Amino acid sequence: MFELIFFSLLNGIVTGLLLFMLASGLTLIFSMMGVLNFAHASFYMLGAYVAYTISLYLGFWVGLIVAPLVVGVLGAVVERYGLRHVHRWGHVAELIFTFGLAFLIEEIVQFIWGKDTKAYHEPEILQFPLFTFFGQNFPAYKAFMLLISIGIFIALLLVLTRSRIGLIIQAAITRPNMTAMLGHNVPLVFMGVFGMGCALAGLAGVIAGPALGTFPGMAVVLGSIVFVIVVVGGLGSLGGAFIASLLIGLLQTFAIALDYSVSDILVAFNITTDAESAFRDLWTLSLPQIAPILPYLLLVLILIFRPTGLFGKRES
Amino acid sequence: MKIKSTIIAGAALATLSAFAAQAADTIKIGFIDPLSGPFAATGTNGLAQFRYAVDELVNKKGGVLGGTEFEIVAYDNKISPKESLIQLKRAIGEGVRYIAQGNSSGVANALTDAIKKHNKRNPDNRVLFLNYSAVDPALTNAKCNFWHFRFDANADIKMNALTDVIKVKKDIKKIYLIGQDYSFGKSVAAAAVRFLKEKRPDVVIVGNELHPIGKVKDFTPYATKIRASGADAVITGNWGADMIGLGKAIGETGLDVPIYTYYAANDGITKTIGASGKNKIRLVHEGPLNPPSSAAYEAYHKGFKAKNPEKDISQFRIANTVQMLAAAIEKAGNAQPINVAKALEGMEFTSLHGETLTMRAEDHQMIQPIHISVHTDEGITFDSDNSGYGLSTETTVAAADTALPTTCKMKRPM
Repeated sequence: MFELIFFSLLNGIVTGLLLFMLASGLTLIFSMMGVLNFAHASFYMLGAYVAYTISLYLGFWVGLIVAPLVVGVLGAVVERYGLRHVHRWGHVAELIFTFGLAFLIEEIVQFIWGKDTKAYHEPEILQFPLFTFFGQNFPAYKAFMLLISIGIFIALLLVLTRSRIGLIIQAAITRPNMTAMLGHNVPLVFMGVFGMGCALAGLAGVIAGPALGTFPGMAVVLGSIVFVIVVVGGLGSLGGAFIASLLIGLLQTFAIALDYSVSDILVAFNITTDAESAFRDLWTLSLPQIAPILPYLLLVLILIFRPTGLFGKRES
Repeated sequence: MKIKSTIIAGAALATLSAFAAQAADTIKIGFIDPLSGPFAATGTNGLAQFRYAVDELVNKKGGVLGGTEFEIVAYDNKISPKESLIQLKRAIGEGVRYIAQGNSSGVANALTDAIKKHNKRNPDNRVLFLNYSAVDPALTNAKCNFWHFRFDANADIKMNALTDVIKVKKDIKKIYLIGQDYSFGKSVAAAAVRFLKEKRPDVVIVGNELHPIGKVKDFTPYATKIRASGADAVITGNWGADMIGLGKAIGETGLDVPIYTYYAANDGITKTIGASGKNKIRLVHEGPLNPPSSAAYEAYHKGFKAKNPEKDISQFRIANTVQMLAAAIEKAGNAQPINVAKALEGMEFTSLHGETLTMRAEDHQMIQPIHISVHTDEGITFDSDNSGYGLSTETTVAAADTALPTTCKMKRPM
């Protein structure tokens, strides 16, 4: 049991931090532009595919640096020549624009790279078990993912709170007009933040591709969960996104690891169930089976009881 | 024009059947499978194998009935049963009398019903259903019908063969079952539980898990759980991205136990699993690949790779389907589906691999040797996904030992 809890804890943190890399960009973009970017996970997928292609010729490490840059530039271009024009017609148009973009990117990826799963692998120097505990390996690559994510979190925090750019970004988030009046180029800041957010999503894709698989459905699998994190953490709150990412990561991992069913809980309360009753499907429902819906359940509960999210400041 | 000639041919068939078959220019096989959408890779791969089999095994050898060639006509069903029925109507309208389909038992169930109905209503232009891959046991049991022939081993037969192997492996004491949460995943798990109880009552099933299909982003938590359960073997019916994720995650935990699968090869899976699944992943399948079985198969395989360097012979049963259809037409002396069906019933056939296959008459289920192969890069002549890795046969279960009784009560047309 201890073995299961130990590894579930580690896996949950790895998953959570990976989700954070996606959610951080999304929540920044939202707080700045008021746009929920539906195509955010698509940039994550693009990151994985671009890095895969680069890794074929120049190796994993070049891909790790170049692919997020490519995706970031692509994101900036989308903002500059797409979103900025659509912005005139209000938020609904922007929302539909990003929604369409998500489909477009998925089709383009299938068109260029095909429908098969790509053999995108970890670099060889990271293909060893970092440590073995109770006979179970913890891959070094997972630790590498952990390090990169923590590094990104610290870097983001420092840039946003300790640097001049961060100051302007924070000002542009809350008082865009006043910031523009003071002589700052707010549209440029927007473009930069959008590009940066996409680059972060791309980086998440680069490091997740070898671990979780590089295939056309990878964006869809992760897309909705990122929205849950942003809402649960509080729209626009970086710290909230961090806590919510870890929460969701751990929630999903432990829900799969722990085999409890409804009837186990009832037994604990001394309630016996009839194996032949019409509700027997409900009694036998186990935690791993409902694991995929737990984050959404949390989303609904948060929206009911704390609409601003865990750390959100404003209602949107 | 085509409809007209079909009507003429149909009228002629009623009186001069043998002559009419001679007069038709080609014998058309309608291939109804996904050629677009998420499962397009599997569908187009199957189509390439059908085209090659027809050219190589029938047309280049002078066709059937003294010169009539086979022709594959492709219809895209987007893996939807509804779309398949529309395509079936279209195919029948275009003069197709042989329908080949394999991907998804849901589609196969819809097609077998529709064809049964069609043949009842149109005794003059009946259609034969050649099912080359859909493995739902019901198709040759409760739902069996005279016009349906299955060339793949059904899910129960595969599990029967697999548990025969487990029966003699006394070091396997704990087994973990994991599968996708839908009809096929559940039937694999149910069959595993049933056969294991029968053959190895001492084996403990330490986990019987279903996960959402196509929605799991990381299989590591499942792998951790399998590892913690102390399982000596894993059985899964997973396919596609779900198979890759599971295979990789189990490999990474360092768990060194056999993983018995139905579909962990080809279409990018072999390449992606690569070294992490070496000597762990095993496949239950028909048609042995390594070591090469016969010179005839070797030539066939090399010819296919020369034409389709990016594709693999992932479904060898397609060659059997084409060859047996040709043999049945020759035996019947004409291409009338009812006569061909009668010729196919109980037919014994020697495949390119040199194996003897029987189309069991009572339920139209092919009875064939089943192989358990391991994913490795040693001693591989024919690899998959051009990856250097491929399937090397470890155990072969003889055809007679795989046969399971059927509940089919076949109603034969007069």
